[in-house]
Amino acid sequence: MLQKPKAVALISGGLDSLLAARVVMEQGVYVEGINFYTGFCVEGHTHAIRKQDRAKLKRNNALWSAEQLGIKLHIVDIIEEYKNVVINPKHGYGANLNPCLDCKIFMVDKAREWIEEHGFDFIITGEVVGQRPMSQRKDTMPVIAHDSGAEDRLVRPLSAKNLPASLPETRGWLDRDKLYGFNGRSRKPQMALAERFGFEDYAQPAGGCCFLTDKQYSVKLGDLWAARGSREYDLDDIMLLKVGRHLRPRPNFKIIVGREEGENHFLEGYRKRFIHMIPISHTGPLVLLDGETSAADVELAARLTARFSQGRDAEQVTIEVNPLDAAAHRLAVKPLTADEIPAGWYL
Amino acid sequence: MNTTVIDARNLLCPMPVIRTQDAVVKLQTGDMLQVLCTDPGVVHDIPAWCRVRGHEVCEITEQGYEIVIHIRVGAGD
Repeated sequence: MLQKPKAVALISGGLDSLLAARVVMEQGVYVEGINFYTGFCVEGHTHAIRKQDRAKLKRNNALWSAEQLGIKLHIVDIIEEYKNVVINPKHGYGANLNPCLDCKIFMVDKAREWIEEHGFDFIITGEVVGQRPMSQRKDTMPVIAHDSGAEDRLVRPLSAKNLPASLPETRGWLDRDKLYGFNGRSRKPQMALAERFGFEDYAQPAGGCCFLTDKQYSVKLGDLWAARGSREYDLDDIMLLKVGRHLRPRPNFKIIVGREEGENHFLEGYRKRFIHMIPISHTGPLVLLDGETSAADVELAARLTARFSQGRDAEQVTIEVNPLDAAAHRLAVKPLTADEIPAGWYL
Repeated sequence: MNTTVIDARNLLCPMPVIRTQDAVVKLQTGDMLQVLCTDPGVVHDIPAWCRVRGHEVCEITEQGYEIVIHIRVGAGD
């Protein structure tokens, strides 16, 4: 090969993908990064919606990794295509609604398409044998290489010595002796390698890269699908599951209650899509109603809204109700007491 | 030199970055891009994206919840 071999590295923002790209760059390969956005990525700034968190903004670790490596990063929106992975995972879910193995296959497949389109030679991931219970096992790693179509064009530099030789190794683009044989859940080898490369302040593992690994989030997504009678979603749906307090008092509707000013402001962006209500007589949250509602449902939602307002102990709270297809009107309601809200309403 | 404005308000990161990336591909070196946003994360993420892709953030203005990022397109893409 007259030109430098070219590789694309899947950059999640975590330490492993950072190191994997760096190990390959050290052998003279030209590397660019690719980061896929599914809508469920924890790397987003959802927490920054909350006003109290605005002062401690989280950086995007994929961009931070690219800067550390000095490589170009492509952030790719795969929200639409990813739905089929979430809704129909061939290999099933993990502990929650996380389709980790299908997710990895899908992302490597997208990276394969990308290298074929852009004239790159191979794909790098930060996978380590035995590190994750579903997608990073000795028996599932070949499945990812095969089902994605990447086959031996997929290189896992941190764990390469535990796996058959990849194309870049057999072609002599990568020296297998300079790759690694990390295995298992220990982070110590990665931390030592990070120190060798001079990486500091890298992202610490924080319980997964995806909201679908979160039990509470999965409960809310499962509830959304059950209420609709179909396993469909759009980006707004999955964003709203990350925001506010969600209660389903009746099978036909749920409410989303802003917990503070920043969330109320964010929910305001959805006023044209949902019936919404807000306390007038007392300070309180913006509340969205999701579902088909009767007058009795709206009154119940108003009483719940009152409960989450500063008027929770008052005899009466006035709520402004804003229907989608009619003028706003006011309801004077008695706030529900804590005892009147069954725990099962909270999602 | 052209100035293009894109609306990324009410989108959460990294969507404003992706919208910026998609817009820059269609522009020429030296063109200006204004990105309207509301997610405060953009004040870190869009400049970081510009650094790794070779574009220049000329100015960031904030008014209330609204943030405008002014970008000069570089030759990187």
